[in-house]
Amino acid sequence: MPDTQDDLEPRVRRIISRWGHDPGALVQVLREVQEEFGYLPGHALTLVARLLRIPYSRAKGVASFYSFLSDEPLGAYRVLFSDNVTDRMAGSERLMEAMCYRLWAEPGKVSADGLVSIARTSCTGMCDQGPALLVNGRAIPSLTSELVERLCELILARTPVDEWPAEFFAVRDNVRRADILLGHTLQPGDALRAALQRGAAGWSEHAANERSWREAYVGAAQGPIATLEEIKRSNLRGRGGAGFTTGVKWEACRQATGLAHYVVCNADEGEPGTFKDRVLLTSHADLVFEGMTVAAYAIGASLGFLYLRGEYRYLLEPLEATLQRRRAANLLGNGICGQPGFDFDIRIHVGAGSYVCGEESALIESLEGKRGVPRNRPPYPVTHGYKQQPTIVNNVETLCAAALIAVHGGDWYRSLGTLKSAGTKILSVAGDVARPGLYEYPFGVTLRQVLEDCGAADTQAIQISGPSGVCVDANEFGRRIAFEDLPTAGAFTVFDASRDMFDVARNYAQFFAHESCGFCTPCRVGTSMLVASMDKIHAGNGTQHDIGEIDRLNKVLLMSAHCGLGHTACNPILDTLRRFRPAYERKLRSLDFAPAFDLDGALHRARKMTGRDDADAHLEAQP
Amino acid sequence: MNERPSFLLDGAEVPFEPGQTVMQAALAAGRYIPHLCYHPEFTPHGSCKLCTARVNGRLMAACTTPAESATEVDSETEELNDLRRTLVQMLFAEGNHFCPSCEKSGNCVLQALGYDLGVMTAGFRHFFPDRPVDASHPEILLDFNRCILCELCVRAAREVDGKHVFSLAGRGLGKHLIVNAESGRLADTEVKINDKAVEVCPVGVILRKRIGFATPIGARRYDESPISAQALADAPRPLERSHD
Repeated sequence: MPDTQDDLEPRVRRIISRWGHDPGALVQVLREVQEEFGYLPGHALTLVARLLRIPYSRAKGVASFYSFLSDEPLGAYRVLFSDNVTDRMAGSERLMEAMCYRLWAEPGKVSADGLVSIARTSCTGMCDQGPALLVNGRAIPSLTSELVERLCELILARTPVDEWPAEFFAVRDNVRRADILLGHTLQPGDALRAALQRGAAGWSEHAANERSWREAYVGAAQGPIATLEEIKRSNLRGRGGAGFTTGVKWEACRQATGLAHYVVCNADEGEPGTFKDRVLLTSHADLVFEGMTVAAYAIGASLGFLYLRGEYRYLLEPLEATLQRRRAANLLGNGICGQPGFDFDIRIHVGAGSYVCGEESALIESLEGKRGVPRNRPPYPVTHGYKQQPTIVNNVETLCAAALIAVHGGDWYRSLGTLKSAGTKILSVAGDVARPGLYEYPFGVTLRQVLEDCGAADTQAIQISGPSGVCVDANEFGRRIAFEDLPTAGAFTVFDASRDMFDVARNYAQFFAHESCGFCTPCRVGTSMLVASMDKIHAGNGTQHDIGEIDRLNKVLLMSAHCGLGHTACNPILDTLRRFRPAYERKLRSLDFAPAFDLDGALHRARKMTGRDDADAHLEAQP
Repeated sequence: MNERPSFLLDGAEVPFEPGQTVMQAALAAGRYIPHLCYHPEFTPHGSCKLCTARVNGRLMAACTTPAESATEVDSETEELNDLRRTLVQMLFAEGNHFCPSCEKSGNCVLQALGYDLGVMTAGFRHFFPDRPVDASHPEILLDFNRCILCELCVRAAREVDGKHVFSLAGRGLGKHLIVNAESGRLADTEVKINDKAVEVCPVGVILRKRIGFATPIGARRYDESPISAQALADAPRPLERSHD
């Protein structure tokens, strides 16, 4: 619960000492200060800046970058409705309206009594059990009208969120099809012991010329190389979407020289429609940490970070408990599994609402306590990552697969899937399906098979890999999930024939504009221009000219955007234009040009002020 | 032969020193690549994207791309100048740029680039953002309406003046320039009238008070010659080499 600002200074001081007065921990410090006071009071920012010895404007610049942080007062209850297209399809707009009406609140503003602020937020990763919301940072899925009414009663009675019924916060895993990963039977430590044993079996000839502090330990030198060889042999590719070969990344990092090497697990699962990492971190946290530890062993790192998206803040305590258990079991810390020199520990960094931080260099900036702006590359993180030192950033699912490979070997892994896509892929299936949830398949599965398994009927389109991926129609359901055909980070969002694909594309356009970091001109301005064009078409004022403008913006974004967010921001619109053009054209005015200025709309404010909405308060109906 | 390494820019050879970017080498060789957020005295960061060029076919920001031997760089192409015109139009649409009433007119880099690149129309619907001005400082006016977020003042203060005056806040279209004071007022910062950060603003955001029209319109910097010529005159040149 947000609190009063009594004793602001000692409480801020406590938080900052816990983070060792490290300016690199600025994002974590601000997040904790906000948890303490409900928002970031101006003098708290000044105090944070002074104690961390950074300029005030830097603290302010960082605080205003992340959408969960606020330097303006918020309601005692801050409600954020997840605004993914699947939430909207399940009725989130109606529920939010009902809550605003019941609590006398306007979206995006604090209610007059300071009790509540209600707003939308990007997909919270509950697409299989939406609509969902966050209340003071805690997730409540499976909303219904009745549940929203009960929440309103609790808020009006000022019941602390901690005392709300626990079942409101119950998030289900919904694993519908498990394969080698979701169905694994490994015990904590199995992968690490396997990696250490593999080293004992030979490989000394490979180790002789390798750089590692472990080479000083006779008998231990071979292990990292042997593990790296298995990862390379497995042909494992990154599961975050880009599909970079994991073994190549690890080897490049291992060979890079630096003061220290770092392992980062990217759990900033922000792509709308994806929720696999939520389940892996909930029910397979040991496997995730095991994968990180295997990676640390292979590249020679002694510190790792788990970058947990702010929407999954509720997982922080259970994850910390898992880390604690692993430390007690000698699976983290010094001399892991009794191997001298095998030292590694993991810290959790909680994000604060920023999709672009899923881009690896922006993620590293955020880890360093800065605004999450993607860096100029080259150099790449494998040589100049966290604190400019060699760093690997891997997806949660990639690291889980690495742990399996450490146990079962690269050949075993490569025997699954297709020629260029080894192993399995977890799909986050949501939308118009009977059984939403996680489906793990060997690579190469057809879309038709997935649709059949999840009980989809009358399917019009599937958005593969979220808004930055591709939208396919019924003619393409024979295509396969694989790097050779349809690569994906996992989102598999299904739309039946009743859905308006224009609305889907508009939701995605709004998402990109909301999440643009604003660094480069094309993305900062272009994504908002795209929204303006889509809004104009939505309002019935669109013309062919607007379609032309969308094409023009797309070209600019593709040619000159600083990172992938801008490069892909037009995809959803272009894909739907290509495949579902009638959904756009029936909204266009037949003219080639229509004025953007809406004469009648301009009277809207006057009507609102005078409380009138009769026919005389409107201009004549437009032709 | 002890030849310096070189690359091809629009078909002509451009020599470079190791460590130079494509932009630095081009300007030093008397070759202009349009740019806005690049300034020879500060660390380049590549945010405006105006200097986008094709480096061996790949689109890169010339100001942040290291020069490499035997690469082919294309800059003066219709495709790229078209992109640059669109980017300039986007910047005009993002802020509130009313040249006829702006005291920077004629000295403004954005305006000069528009003329030089042949931007003839607005091109996009304008956003008309609401951005209050800051007149708190006795000698300096901040008119955020014209800010193009190039961060030249941020970098000038930090790298040349050695102090923190300006920063960026917000994100996306809401990104904006702030000053280093809890009050949000320039008067409460360490800024001084002769700071590099005050001088460097390419548009009409950071203005010295009381000299607005001391130089009449028509006799200003870009009234004399286009920005493509002036950028070259400003560029640092390598010292003449005796063995050349």
